[in-house]
Amino acid sequence: MNRALVAIMACAGIVATFAAVFAADQVPAQKPISGYDFMTTEVQQLQDDDFANPGLLWVEEGQTIWDDTKVASGKSCASCHGDATTAMRGVATRYPAYSAEAGHVINLEQQINQCRRERQGEPDFPYESEPLLSITAFVSTQSKGLPQSVAIVGPAAESFERGKAFFYQRRGQLNLSCANCHEQHAGDHLRGESISQGQLNGFPIYRALWQTMGSTNRMFAWCNEAVRAEPYPAGSQEYVDLELFERWRGQGLNIETPAVRR
Amino acid sequence: MMEYDNSANWSRRGVLAGIGAGVMLLAMPVRADDASVAQAISDTFGDTPRQDGKIALKLPPLAETGNTVPLTVTVDSPMSDTERVKRVVVFANRNPRPLIAAMMFGPKAATAEFSTNMRLSGTQDVIAMAELSDGTIWQAQVRVLVTVGACDSLQLRY
Amino acid sequence: MPNTRIRVPKTAKAGDAVEIRAIIQHPMENGFRLDSQGTAIPVEIITDFSCSYDGGQVFSVKLEPGLSANPYFSFFLKATTSGPVDFRWVDQDGTITTATEQLEVT
Ligand code: HEC
Ligand code: HEC
Repeated sequence: MNRALVAIMACAGIVATFAAVFAADQVPAQKPISGYDFMTTEVQQLQDDDFANPGLLWVEEGQTIWDDTKVASGKSCASCHGDATTAMRGVATRYPAYSAEAGHVINLEQQINQCRRERQGEPDFPYESEPLLSITAFVSTQSKGLPQSVAIVGPAAESFERGKAFFYQRRGQLNLSCANCHEQHAGDHLRGESISQGQLNGFPIYRALWQTMGSTNRMFAWCNEAVRAEPYPAGSQEYVDLELFERWRGQGLNIETPAVRR
Repeated sequence: MMEYDNSANWSRRGVLAGIGAGVMLLAMPVRADDASVAQAISDTFGDTPRQDGKIALKLPPLAETGNTVPLTVTVDSPMSDTERVKRVVVFANRNPRPLIAAMMFGPKAATAEFSTNMRLSGTQDVIAMAELSDGTIWQAQVRVLVTVGACDSLQLRY
Repeated sequence: MPNTRIRVPKTAKAGDAVEIRAIIQHPMENGFRLDSQGTAIPVEIITDFSCSYDGGQVFSVKLEPGLSANPYFSFFLKATTSGPVDFRWVDQDGTITTATEQLEVT
């Protein structure tokens, strides 16, 4: 048999199992549990290791970007914000958040790029680029140990409602919603793939499958594709809204960036 | 390499849909057989006889991902100028390339021990062989169950 | 130059076995992944790692694609005298990356 076909069938095998298992409908939302608790000890140990956690390579690169004055405005992030350990403490717990400047809810990556554009005179770092992953991981890790607490009222309310609708919307050829997997089947094992609640408190994460760091939006795209749905572009308002709802679902979970996942 | 035995029941239409969705996967590598493992070992150590013992291999009995499997090897040997471990070579007997890495201990090494992370394409045996300064070769072998191999997990475009 | 992290304790007593750790940011492409066009991404790995100290080798590795991305090693050095602990990684494309850290031996 053709090798690529074999590989696709291996994957289709998992997907078929997903499709078979999810017949029932919605159950109430649960108490949030971090993806960490669904990992094996080896993965947990790698995350907890303050040297060997590979995500720290990106965090360290983020520190370099934070201090970089070689930008059009000559101002590094540090020139304006000062020491990140105090200036950025708690910031990641509040994002996505409504931005008066943008006129809508934006996520942390977009806030960082807003500063790049408006205050450093530099073009945006593209989504999933090493610098954007690095600076986002660096800013996020300053909130390590602090609980997620996003605002979902006032100007963020509409965005939140859209994100919630997205989460419960069945989609793709397998006709599954995020909730079908991450609420109804959290804790279940499907042929080797164990399912977590799909929480965001560890992002950006170092994912063994990717062998690299990835953003919330890359994860959403992966999960969309797993059910054969066409993903939205990274940074699309659909995904930012979804991220807002997702962060709210995990209200109170401590930030653990850079998390390590399977 | 197939963990997902129900793939045979998956309809042709389903498979085509998978391709249609542009799901990009792996150039499915061929797993090594006993002959190629034996070849890799003799390429490294020639036909010197090997004995069991002296090596402690620390690996998780069950790895949920084959992409990052932590490995610690400790050889029970002095590390003096005259009596020491020269090198440790690690093999995985069903990886497409059985040779994983070769570690050399220099005169400034305090112990014959190291840790690293390896890739396993699926459930298989990990073999470590140590060459001592007296020319003897020692080996140890440990089985690791891999639920999602480095080659057969859900490799989508993202 | 790829990003690296190394860990060497600041001080050690002569004769101590000192744990050394090193990691480098690198995908260790094993040649089995396909890009979005369906073409195999060629093997692209770090081929050699070595650590030296006090005029001699501590530990070195010939890497193969069977090691994980962002290859990581830990091992033990015999503390003898104060001096630099030097690290060196060689990419298959010839790029050499180095790092160094001072060890004080008391
Ligand atoms: C010229 C000064 C300046 C520079 C340079 C700058 N910022 Fe900002 N930054 C600001 C100001 C002013 C605000 C608050 C207004 C706003 O929300 O946009 C802000 C807001 C932020 C916030 C949101 C904080 C919060 O509490 O919500 C983050 C995160 C941030 N900046 C990150 C960065 C990063 C990362 C860089 C470097 C890539 C950077 N900034 C560069 C001035 C700057
Ligand atoms: C077919 C089942 C399935 C569906 C539907 C699905 N996911 Fe996932 N998701 C997974 C699997 C499998 C993983 C990887 C293992 C894990 O963490 O559960 C995952 C992981 C995640 C993670 C990472 C969790 C962590 O701790 O790092 C997030 C976030 C996530 N999903 C969000 C979503 C969102 C949002 C949706 C809806 C757009 C969605 N998922 C739909 C199966 C699914």
